[in-house]
Formats: sequence, C-alpha cells, structure tokens
Amino acid sequence: MGSRASSLLREEDIEEIKKETGFSHSQITRLYSRFHSLDKGENGALSREDFQRIPELAINPLGDRIINAFFPEGEDQVNFRGFMRTLAHFRPVEDNEKNKDPDAGEPLNSRNNKLLFAFRLYDLDRDDKISRDELLQVLRMMVGVNISDEQLGSIADRTIQEADANGDMCISFSEFIKALEKVDVEQKMSIRFLH
Amino acid sequence: MLSVSFLLLVTVAGEAVADLYLTEASLPPELALSVPPVPTPSAHHQSEYGQSGSVRSARSAEDPAITPDHRESSHHGGGYKIVQWEWSYVQTPYIIAIWLLVASFAKILFHLSQRFTTVVPESCMLILIGLVLGGVVLITSKVPLYQLDPGLFFLFLLPTIVGDAGYFMPARLFFDNLGAILMYAVVGTLWNAFCTGLCLYGMKMIGVIDQKVEGGLMEFLLFGALISAVDPVAVLAVFEEVHVNETLFIIVFGESLLNDAVTVVLYKVYISFVEVGPGNVQTADYFKGVASFFIVSIGGTLVGLIFAVILAFTTRFTKKVRIIEPLFVFLLVYLAYLTAELFSLSAILSLTFCGIGCNKYVEANISQKSRTTVKYTMKTLASIAETIIFIFLGISAVDMSKWAWDTGLVSCTLIFIFVFRAMGVVGQTWFLNWFRLVPLDKIDQVVMSYGGLRGAVAFALVVLLDGNHVKAKDYFVATTIVVVFFTVMFQGLTIKPLVGWLKVPRGSKRKPTINEEIHERAFDHIMAAVEDIAGLNGYHHWRDKWEQFDKKYLSKFLMRKSVYRKSELWEAYQKINIRDAINVIDQGGNVLTSARLSLPSMASRTSFPEATNVTNYLRENGSGVCLDLQVIDTVPSAKVEEETETHHVLAGNLYKPRRRYHQSHYSRHFMTMGDQERQDREVFERNMRNRLESFKSTRYKRHKKDRSQKKRRGSDVKERDLEPNDKPRRNVSWQDKDPVAVPIEQDESKGDQSEPEKEEDVGITFVVRKAPDTPKERPKSVPSAMEVCQSPSAAPPSPTCAEKNLPWKGGVGILPVCVSMEATKIIPIDLQQSWNQSISSLESLASPPVLAEPQHPRVSALAGRLGGPVRPLSAVIPSTGIGAGESSTAAPARASGEFCFPGREEENESSLSQQQQEMQPLMSSTRPPPPAPPPSAQGAARRRNPCVYLRNLVTTPPGNEPYSRGPTQL
Repeated sequence: MGSRASSLLREEDIEEIKKETGFSHSQITRLYSRFHSLDKGENGALSREDFQRIPELAINPLGDRIINAFFPEGEDQVNFRGFMRTLAHFRPVEDNEKNKDPDAGEPLNSRNNKLLFAFRLYDLDRDDKISRDELLQVLRMMVGVNISDEQLGSIADRTIQEADANGDMCISFSEFIKALEKVDVEQKMSIRFLH
Repeated sequence: MLSVSFLLLVTVAGEAVADLYLTEASLPPELALSVPPVPTPSAHHQSEYGQSGSVRSARSAEDPAITPDHRESSHHGGGYKIVQWEWSYVQTPYIIAIWLLVASFAKILFHLSQRFTTVVPESCMLILIGLVLGGVVLITSKVPLYQLDPGLFFLFLLPTIVGDAGYFMPARLFFDNLGAILMYAVVGTLWNAFCTGLCLYGMKMIGVIDQKVEGGLMEFLLFGALISAVDPVAVLAVFEEVHVNETLFIIVFGESLLNDAVTVVLYKVYISFVEVGPGNVQTADYFKGVASFFIVSIGGTLVGLIFAVILAFTTRFTKKVRIIEPLFVFLLVYLAYLTAELFSLSAILSLTFCGIGCNKYVEANISQKSRTTVKYTMKTLASIAETIIFIFLGISAVDMSKWAWDTGLVSCTLIFIFVFRAMGVVGQTWFLNWFRLVPLDKIDQVVMSYGGLRGAVAFALVVLLDGNHVKAKDYFVATTIVVVFFTVMFQGLTIKPLVGWLKVPRGSKRKPTINEEIHERAFDHIMAAVEDIAGLNGYHHWRDKWEQFDKKYLSKFLMRKSVYRKSELWEAYQKINIRDAINVIDQGGNVLTSARLSLPSMASRTSFPEATNVTNYLRENGSGVCLDLQVIDTVPSAKVEEETETHHVLAGNLYKPRRRYHQSHYSRHFMTMGDQERQDREVFERNMRNRLESFKSTRYKRHKKDRSQKKRRGSDVKERDLEPNDKPRRNVSWQDKDPVAVPIEQDESKGDQSEPEKEEDVGITFVVRKAPDTPKERPKSVPSAMEVCQSPSAAPPSPTCAEKNLPWKGGVGILPVCVSMEATKIIPIDLQQSWNQSISSLESLASPPVLAEPQHPRVSALAGRLGGPVRPLSAVIPSTGIGAGESSTAAPARASGEFCFPGREEENESSLSQQQQEMQPLMSSTRPPPPAPPPSAQGAARRRNPCVYLRNLVTTPPGNEPYSRGPTQL
C-alpha cells in the first residue's frame, strides 16, 4: 500500500478494475503495490521472469503452468489489468454479488470461471480438451519421479475413462465440470484477499 | 426376573459377545456338562480369587442374581462335586460380557425396522432401553444396581469413542475449519459456562430457584461449566444419522472435542475454588486458572502429538510382524489418552491429536489387512461404547435416590443453555464470517445452535462431584440428567426434521473419485501459487509450506522408505481401484461364473471370431468402457520405444507370482514379501477393473459365450500344461501367442485367403524371424525362465513372441495365465470363495477337454484353418504338455483364439479387425448351428460333449447380462 505505488494508479483505472473484477478499492491498491514490487523492470508490466523470481513458485509443481495462465495467449507481458483479471478468478464468491448487476455477465470468480482456469492449466493446446498426453504431463509434474510411466499411464487412463462421457478419450470442459460437480470449488479455489 | 435372564444368558460363552443369537438356546446342557472336568483347579482358583471376586462384585453388584445361585451350589454339600457353581470366579468378566451382549442385541433390535430407525435416532432408543432395563432392575431388586460409573466412563468408554473419532477424523477438513472450531470450542464454551452459571445464580438470588438448592456463585459457575460443554458422544451419535454437510458436522464435532480442555480446566478450577471456599480464593488463583488452561490444552495436544510420532515411527518397523500392527495402534493411542490423564492434561485433546497426527503415516505404513483390522476394531469398540453409555445413562436416570428435583433449576437450566448457545453461535459466527471464505449462513447457525447436545461427559462430571463440598449435588445430578435427556432425545429426535425443513445442504458419505483426487491436488497447488503471486501469506501458503516440510522431513522420518517413495496420488488411485474391485465382488461375487471371469484380454479375443463386431467392439470400447482397449487406442505405436522398458516391467510382473508359487503360502515370512504382495494385488485390482469394463462392454451375448468358451478352453490348456511344468503360464503363453501372431501377420499380408499351408509357412517364418530376438531377450531378462522351463525347443521363440507382442501388457498380461492357479493366491481372502467357485467351474469344464469348439463355428473354422500351422509348432514343442491327448493340435489352435489378442496389442487389434472383416464371408459360411461339425478334424472330436457345453452357455450368460450393467458403472 505504498503511496508511491498507488499514486501510479489512476483513479479511473481503479474504478474500471473494480467494475471488472469486483475487488475493493483497498484490495486493488494493495495488489498494485504487490504488482509493482514484482515488476523489476519498472515498465508497468510483468514478464515471466518477474514471476519466476518468486521463490515459492520455483518449488510449486505447477508453478510454470500457473505463470503461463497469467499471460494472454501469445504475449509475454501482462499489465496490471490482466494481472487483476487473473487474480479475480480466486476471489471468494459472495452472496450479494449475484444480484448486484445481473446483466454484467458471469463474474470472473464464478464457479465456471474458476474451473475454466484450472482446466486451462491442463489444456495446453487450447483445443478445449484434456488429452491423455496433457493429463500425463500435469500428473508427472505433480507426482515426481517415483512413479513409473506405466503407473502414471494407468492413472491417466482411469481418470479419462472416469470423466469421459462421449468417448472421445479426452476430457472436455463440460466433462471436467461434471467430474467435479460434487467438489466445493467455490471454497477450494478461493483465497481471501485482505480487505 | 433379571436373574432369570442372566441364567439364560449364562449359557452363552463369555467371549463371544456379538453373534450368538442362534446358539443361545442350544447351549445350556453343554455348559452343565462341560464344567465337571475341572473341579479341582477351579476350586483352587475360587479360593484364590474369592476375595477379589467379592470385592469386585461389590461394585458391579450382582447380589440378587447371585444369591439363588449360591444356594444352588451349596446343595451339593461337601465331598467331590460333579458340578460346581463358580459364579464368583467368573462374575466380573461375565457381567461385562453380558452387558456388551445386551447392548449388541439392542442394536440388532433397532435395526430390524428400517423405517423406525430413520425417524428415531439410535441414541434415543438406547436411552429408553436403559430406562426400561433400569426399571426392571429396580423393581426386581429394589436397589438400583447400576450407574454410569465415571471411572469406567472416562477410562474406557470415552477413549474408545474419541479415539475412533480422532483417528478417522478428516484431517484436511478439520484443519480447514480449525479457526472456527477453536473459536467455538474456547470462546463459545467459556461464554456458555459463564453466562449459564451467572444467570442461574441470578435466578437463585431472585428466588426462581428454590432455597433448598444450596450453593453460592462458585457452585453455580461450576455447574454452568459442566453443563455447557457440547458432548462429543451425543453429537456423534446424532449427527451421524442426520448427514448434514461435512463443514457443519466438522465444526460442531470439532468443537465438542476441543472444548474438553476448557471444560476440564473450568471444572477443576471451580472445584478447587469450591473446596477452599470462595472467600479464600486469591487473585493469583485466577491467573493460575488461566495458566492452567494453556498448560492443559497445549500440554494435552503435545502429548498426543508425541505419541503420534512414536506410533508412526514404530509402524515403520513392523513389516515382519504385521500381525501386531493394529495392537500398536490401539495401545499407543490409548496410552496417549492415559498419559494425558496422568498429568491431568486434556485427555480428549491428546487422543484427538494423536489420532489426527498419526493417521496419515500409520495408514501408509501398515498393511492393508491391518488397516482393515484397525478400522473395524475401532468402529466396533466405539459403537459398543456408545451403546453402553446411552444405556447406562438411561439406567442411571432410574436411580431416583440420588435425584433431587427442583423445577426452577431444571427449567432455567434448559432455557439458559439453549438461549446462550444460540446467542454464542450467532455472535461468533458473525465474527468468523469476516474471515471465512465461505460464510456460515443462518441455516448453518440454527443447526449449530440446535446441535449443541449435552451428554454423558456432563453426567459423569456431575456424578464425580463431591457431595460434601457441593451441597446441591443431587439437584445438579437431576438437572443434568434432564438436560442430557432433553438434548439427546428431544433435540436428537427433532433435528432431523428440522434439517430437512430448513433444507440444510446434506452431505453424502462419498469417496472421492480419481478425478477429484487429481484436480483437487491441482487446485491446492494453484491456490498456493496464486497466494504467492498475490503476496499473501494466507492459509494456502502455510499449508503448502507445511506440506513441503512434511514431505521433506516428517514423511521421510515416519514412513517406510518403500511407502515414502510412492506418491500419494498413486496410493489414492490404488485405493480407488481396490474399492471398485471389492464393490464388484460384493455386488455380484457369486455371479463370477466362468463367463464372468473372462479376462480383460479376452474381450479383444472375442473379436477374433466375431469379425463383424470388431468395429462395433472397438467403437464401444472407445466410449470409455474398456480400460485396456483405451490403452490400446490411446497409446499407439509410441509405445514401441518403451518396449524394452516395459518389457522389463512385464518380466518383473510375470516372475513374481512364479516365485510365490514356490513359496509356502501360509508362512509368516510371507509378510516379508510385502512389495511383491502389493504388486500382486495391484495387478489383481487392475485386472478386476479391466474385467469389469469388459463385462460392461459385452452387449452381445455371443461375445460372452465366446469368452466363456475360451475361458474354458484356456484353462483346459493350462491344466495340461501345469502337470509337467513348473511354469505353466509361460508355456501357455508361448503356445498361445505364437500361433496367434502367425496368422495375423499372414492375414495382414495375404488378405483373407487363409490356407493352412500358407499359414504353416508363415508360422515357420515367424519362428525364424523371431529367432534372432530370442537369444538376446531371454538371457537378459528371463534367465530364470530358462532354467525352469522344460520345454527346450519351444522356449526360444515363445517368450519373445509373447513379450514382443504384449510388452505393454505388463501386469495385465499375466492374468490370463494365472487364473487357474495363481489367482487364488493373489485374491484377498474374502474374495477367495467366489474365485474358487468360478475356478472350479472352469476346471470342471476343462476336464472334458474338448467341449468348447462346436458352438462357435467361427472359432472352429478358424481353428481348422489354423490347425495346419499349429501342428508343426506343437510338434516342435513336444514337452510342453499339449500332448494331453486328442487335442494336441487343437490346443494351440484354441489358444490362438484366446491368447493371441489379449487386449493391448494395437497392431494386432487393427490388423485383426481387417483380417476379420475379410474373413467374415468365410466364417459366415461356416456358421451352422452350434453342434454343426466344424471343418477341422479336431472339431469332430470336440463335439463329443456338446450338451455340457450348451448347458453352460445357457446358464452363464443370462446371469451376466443384467448384472454387467449396473455395478460396473464406475
């Protein structure tokens, strides 16, 4: 919440971001200072290297995938707007939000958007399907080296088989939603941004 | 009356508590007869134990029942007694056993009526039973004999329940909500205790409560403290039947566990205050009280965690003594409780955290059987303890002598505890919702307020009060009983309708699917990363840190190396597979007939004769039904590179069972083969799954028939192989696979014109072609096979072919081979019967060795065609044991039908389908009704016994058809 950081943020920007993401004013300024401290190049945008400098991400098995998720397709810079848009996926769902403006479309932190974010982590080629190979890659990231390819393959097969409804040997997004319909996604994919 | 019932029950052996319903009536004479042989030693024992026995009898008080018995025994007079009545000798354990028995019977009775139990919670019924029993005792003996003894309760009954709850506590859920739980447990309980105590005292001052209820502020605060704690036993009993959503449950239940520290401290502090007198309490004492709260709670937690570490560490080394693994768990968990009691720390906290802490590591370390044992024993003990507690509560209530009724006190207490509970919950929830991701809404708050049940802990505490110091003890006892009854019975009875009426989101007990396991893990990583990016050190951040710490140090230290290496995900996957397999067996174990037993690989074999259906079949499998075929489809030729590696795996999998074959099955050293055992089980589970899938996929009866037939034929072959050879499987696979590979390739190249000579040629070329490979492969990976194998000439080509063709089969590959002999060993004991059944049926089918062919003209047609190539092969392999008689040529032919396409061969599969389509016209021409003579010479011989085969055909598939759909939905 450094004054320097927030001073760089224009009031109308804040308003727009607020409208788009649902973050509060203080949350936005707070996150902006974080954004600013990550931005070593001081050019108002984050590069992959900026993210990779975060020590915890280096040991996060899905770290690189998650970093990628912050970048729009084909770009390697993300500005504060985009940064906030991605973070907004993880805002907890609040009850009063639905009736706030019903015609604004689905908020970024809706259940579907949360799931879509996760889905995109798997779906590297963006064909809206998780193929066996894509799943295997993520699994490999998450389990480490102690599991043989064969074992991992059987897990992947089982996973796809379980979720695959139309028999295309891939998990489409709707199948993904279906597979996780019993999971409390709203809670499990939300974090508390300090007020 | 009671003594009569006891005499009746006496007939039941003391140890067998649970399931003697049927034997009860038949036992009396035997008992009478069985006593005489041991008169002298028992007399000796009697004198020895007489004293202690009578001492013990004083407490558990069985006097009225004893007196007639003693008179009876005294009839015998002096001299040698043929029958002796040794009641005092067995009295104590006997009474305990009978109490357990009564409690168990009570449970059976409740659950006789399904509708009844859904309306009335079991705890209510148990209390009612207790009331009735207590009434009976009171009427018969005029003296109330039984009370819920606080010592018994705190030392034995409570730890079993809390131990079970702690050990099986969903740790993730618990820690996710730890903040709320702690808040309710500490702040909520303090609030309830103070407010209830103060207001009761106020009522006393006003005069609502009668003057007979002697007591100052301290007494009422004491009473408030013991009456205000939510009781874990009652909450468990009621909430388990209500099935509210898990968050709600964990909050209420967690609170009931963790408030123990508060209750214990308050109780002790107030008692000491009461004892020294309120006037003598110094300011320092209050601070001491606060300090003792921290010591009691943190100390209790630490003791629990220390024992958790000890327990987890111990189970690292129990690999060779699997049998006592459960004992370690019980002992150390119980010791955690006792140790905390020893230092007057919070025993419940200690037990809870011991359970939560050790669970992960212990479950990973101990064997599957031990896991089951621990689970069942804990559940059994907890269940019986709960039953006894409620029955005793009911019985205790009958004891009016200790009652002192004051309407004012009772009604005020009831009102206050309810009101303050509600106020506390609302206030705290309002506060908590500032911080909670998913706020607790109003409905949750209502359920939480209403679910604040009081129970046996309060009762035991109030009974423990010293009547000399607390003058109003009798009033308090009566009030506590009423409060407990009201909350357990009235609230317990009404909470279910209330929950339904409020539409509280219900939770269903459901095991996570593999998708959920994987994706939730991914979620955790995502959330941790996002928190790191956003620069928040939030919950996920710390949980991630903890997990890394756990992985780096704790797990390494507390888990076996072999377990530590394995990923949790893999464990979860296996667990799910085990569950599925067991479900399958559970739901239709007895339907596991030969057809049902058809192996995963057979599904694809079926397609061999059923040319038209191959495409259908593939399509169907494509729809996600058959795991194996999925592997085929999704792991195309990329696998080729891995061939060497997977070959290794295959070899490993193939070999282990063989080693076990030589091994003594009953040896305790069996345990030392832990890894192998595990691997075998893995294979078994995977196969069960696959099989399942293939059942599911069999829409066509014909397929099934084919399969069953093949199955039979397969076992047939195996049988014969078994006799001369140590490694029948190997032989089988050679035989099976060689010819298989041959025709395929031939067909592939030459189209549908499959003439025996050509095939023969191909067969030969095949062998030749493969020959170069064999010397390399065998010495390297299969040396042992060579030694054991007695079929010298056959050996070189076959193993290579088999492994070449099915390298990726890995674990699955072995299954078809080991069905008849090995499978029984791999199967869990509980499943063995069904396996044996199916296997014996297979064997019986196999013994008339030639039944199979006629029904399946296509197969036979093929066999006829294949007969040519086969013959030379079998000639080459004289010692393989095919020579069992007439079908020496047929065996390989059959084998070709069965074993050549065990599922996972992509190339084979595709080529097969082509081939089959091409061959279809041929086949259809040779498709007369079953008994029709197949073109081959062997076919004629095989037709000998068509009836048997037909019968099997008729009987097996119908059973499968309806079944195969339902349970296989995974």
